[in-house]
Amino acid sequence: MRAPSADFWSGLALGGLGAYIIVTASGWEYLGQDGPGPGFFPLWYGIAMSALSLWLVISSLKTQSKIDWSDAPRALATWGAFAAMCAAFKWIGFLPAFALLTFFIVAVMYRRPLVVAATVSVALAAGFYVLFPLALGVKLP
Amino acid sequence: MEILSGLMHGFSVALQPMNLLWCFVGVVLGTVIGVMPGLGPPATIAMLLPLTFLMNPAAAMIMLAGIYYGAKYGGSTTSILLNVPGESASVATCLDGYQMARNGRAGAALGIAAIASFIAGTFGVLMLMLIAPPLAKMSLAFSSPEYFALMALGLAMVVLLGGDSMVKALLATLVGLWLAGIGTDLFSQTSRFTFDRMELLSGIDFVVVAIGVFAIGEVLANMHERGGMPAIAVPKGLRNLLPTMQDMRDSRFAFANGSLVGFFIGVLPGAGSTIASFISYGIEKAVSRHPEKFGQGVIEGVAAPEGANNAETGGALIPMLTLGIPGSSTTAVLLAALVLWGFKPGPLFIPENPAMFWGLVASMYIGNVMLLILNLPLVPLFAQVLRAPTYVLYPLILGISVVGVYTTSSSLFDVWLLAGFGLAGYLMRKLDFPSAPLILGVVLGGAMERALRQSLMMSDGSLSILVARPVSAVMLSLALLILMVPLFGKFNAWRLKALK
Repeated sequence: MRAPSADFWSGLALGGLGAYIIVTASGWEYLGQDGPGPGFFPLWYGIAMSALSLWLVISSLKTQSKIDWSDAPRALATWGAFAAMCAAFKWIGFLPAFALLTFFIVAVMYRRPLVVAATVSVALAAGFYVLFPLALGVKLP
Repeated sequence: MEILSGLMHGFSVALQPMNLLWCFVGVVLGTVIGVMPGLGPPATIAMLLPLTFLMNPAAAMIMLAGIYYGAKYGGSTTSILLNVPGESASVATCLDGYQMARNGRAGAALGIAAIASFIAGTFGVLMLMLIAPPLAKMSLAFSSPEYFALMALGLAMVVLLGGDSMVKALLATLVGLWLAGIGTDLFSQTSRFTFDRMELLSGIDFVVVAIGVFAIGEVLANMHERGGMPAIAVPKGLRNLLPTMQDMRDSRFAFANGSLVGFFIGVLPGAGSTIASFISYGIEKAVSRHPEKFGQGVIEGVAAPEGANNAETGGALIPMLTLGIPGSSTTAVLLAALVLWGFKPGPLFIPENPAMFWGLVASMYIGNVMLLILNLPLVPLFAQVLRAPTYVLYPLILGISVVGVYTTSSSLFDVWLLAGFGLAGYLMRKLDFPSAPLILGVVLGGAMERALRQSLMMSDGSLSILVARPVSAVMLSLALLILMVPLFGKFNAWRLKALK
């Protein structure tokens, strides 16, 4: 048996979202004395989303789409580092967290020497400090 | 006369030293962005948008528009020297531009690309200036049903040309509408889809979605790129970049073709500069006395698509400024920028904000001249951008994205949303879901729901109001026909051919 394709899973996920929208919107007024209520528009796009997702799921069973996921580990590792940087803002602030993210990307993702990674990360963080808080008066996270 | 006085007023705004400076910054930044494969104008404009809150709105609009049309000039450089389009709009330029470079005529190709861009770009601005004010006056007669129908038609066009699968494009639009609906309903004060989070009561900021999907998604999708690409050398000296008189004669029709096709395709929502450049390339080849030479390095094959993708900019701004309906990702971001600065793009935008509109038009004339002057002698310098290592560029984009989002709301919750939308943007690219319909759904969702509900209030809840009025009936019928295109094999084959 063939493994379900990416379209199958994305159709399923969007179908779930469509169902959630329908269920939630059903709890709001659809048509009141003053005209359509808050549930009117969401209910219709929820129904459309569910129907189209179903279409996507069914059509994915007939045709097999090939997706090259070979770059996914690099992309997901970078996203993980980016999310870790966002989490670190609370404790160490933007500049050190950003420098660490830059160091990770240069040294780990692009395999550049540690000296290059350290120089780039310090230089970029310093550049951000000079440009945003100093020159533009912008508050950093 | 009204147009002439408006234009004079516009030049008095655009020629102010600070506005000139921002115009220059915009076109240079746009050219650099255009040269760089991967990072496009919507991502750049979205990233810089929060920083423009510190600026005068007219100056900010002049700069952001400069990025938009400047990128079109820059996109040709990589197409010609590297066979890698800096922008999707420059794909058609690769066909003959790169062959010209391989034949030792890189200078002439770059030169004609800049000249065609200038001629067609200026034509696009001229048409914007002539058509936008009367169109805005005409649309004053529109009421809620017509607006709803117009937005539905715009979204249908974007879905039609959003990608191979119209089902996926429609789903992306619906997700955009849902995102736009998150927050407090202004009619009934009901909280919708807020998951009991206080932060979501005021909705999700468009900037967060746009930066996440475009900028962060773009970085994640391009993480495999190593940068520092080897390109064909640019000939030194201005003389080597100027096309010969014969080249100019050969390109005469291409200039006119690119200008007209680019502009009219630009006005249509969803079509965009990529399609415009391919259509004008196709026309050029069809009417040529030597069609067999196309693809081997003919100068008309560079002039026509480059002209078309620049003329498109002026056309694309017309529905955005006069009707408040963006037809592409970039105009959607520009529309959001205007809204964030407190303007209301639509029929009253020009009469209520003459300095902004005419200042923008005048700045586009000036910007095109700047780009011509910059692009001829400075092409070798811009080509150096290709050597910029991606390991410096990508952290920079990630950092600016975070600062941009945080500047808008001072909320760490929005930074988390940014990370989420970044991952969603990457997955959309991998799963072949187009991002333009999503962004347009987010931008138009609120206005579309408002227009629909107001229409139904006018008719005591009867949907017949949408088809009883002739203009909205025609537009909704067109939208329906467009969405039914996949059912007609021949039309769908044309659509897929246009997309390829």
